[in-house]
Amino acid sequence: MAIGTLAGLFSGLFGVGGGSVIVPLLILWLGYGERAATATSLAAIVFIAGFAAAAQGLYGNVRLLDAVLIGVPAVAGVLIGTRLQQRLHARAIALLFAAVLVASAVELVLR
Amino acid sequence: MIGAIAIGLAGGIVAGLLGVGGGVLFVPGLVLFLGLGQHQAEATSLLAIVPVAVVGTFRQDRYGNVVRPDALLLGLLSVAGAAGGVALANALSGAFLRDAFAALMVIVAAQLVHRTLRGPGSPPPAGPPAGRVDRGGAKKA
Repeated sequence: MAIGTLAGLFSGLFGVGGGSVIVPLLILWLGYGERAATATSLAAIVFIAGFAAAAQGLYGNVRLLDAVLIGVPAVAGVLIGTRLQQRLHARAIALLFAAVLVASAVELVLR
Repeated sequence: MIGAIAIGLAGGIVAGLLGVGGGVLFVPGLVLFLGLGQHQAEATSLLAIVPVAVVGTFRQDRYGNVVRPDALLLGLLSVAGAAGGVALANALSGAFLRDAFAALMVIVAAQLVHRTLRGPGSPPPAGPPAGRVDRGGAKKA
């Protein structure tokens, strides 16, 4: 119950799914394996992001067209990414992406 | 328009490849490339996440990885939290929220590095009890 509330709060506040909160909590508190934790978290995110998007909609913040333009290609992207995962060396990519995240964070703050 | 599609495609590929949610890329993408305010970017990201999570869930469910009752419970229990989080976000200034988000990105990056260096072969930190057995290897979906 605490995980659900925390995840919702986090997702609503930051506009992300909340997986980075749910997955570790499912593993640490409920003894989930990693695979089941990621999958279950993904299913919960459908509801969480849905509720939070609806709430943001009430504030008039949702840009519907942009959301569709991002969300639909993203589905194709996930399918490509999952396929690439079988072939590429994911370690190097993960480290590279971490660097991109940090650089973008700096860019955001300096903006 | 092209920018939004590129953000979606890139976010999706990263999500599928690394198992990091798309939102952590959607939000900065919307702010830095499309010039949205932090509040609008977060709100739009939330809606864009829904189709990605729906498709991902169906795929994972086919492999039997989704613990359905827990997912439903987690999802439904999040309503109050989500409403609170959104209200809180809208009470905060865009500048503060943006800095907080930047901090979140650094944390996610650190998590990713930690997970990567720990390696995919290591066992999960806690032993799974009956009924919540890790059905695959330790490699993340």
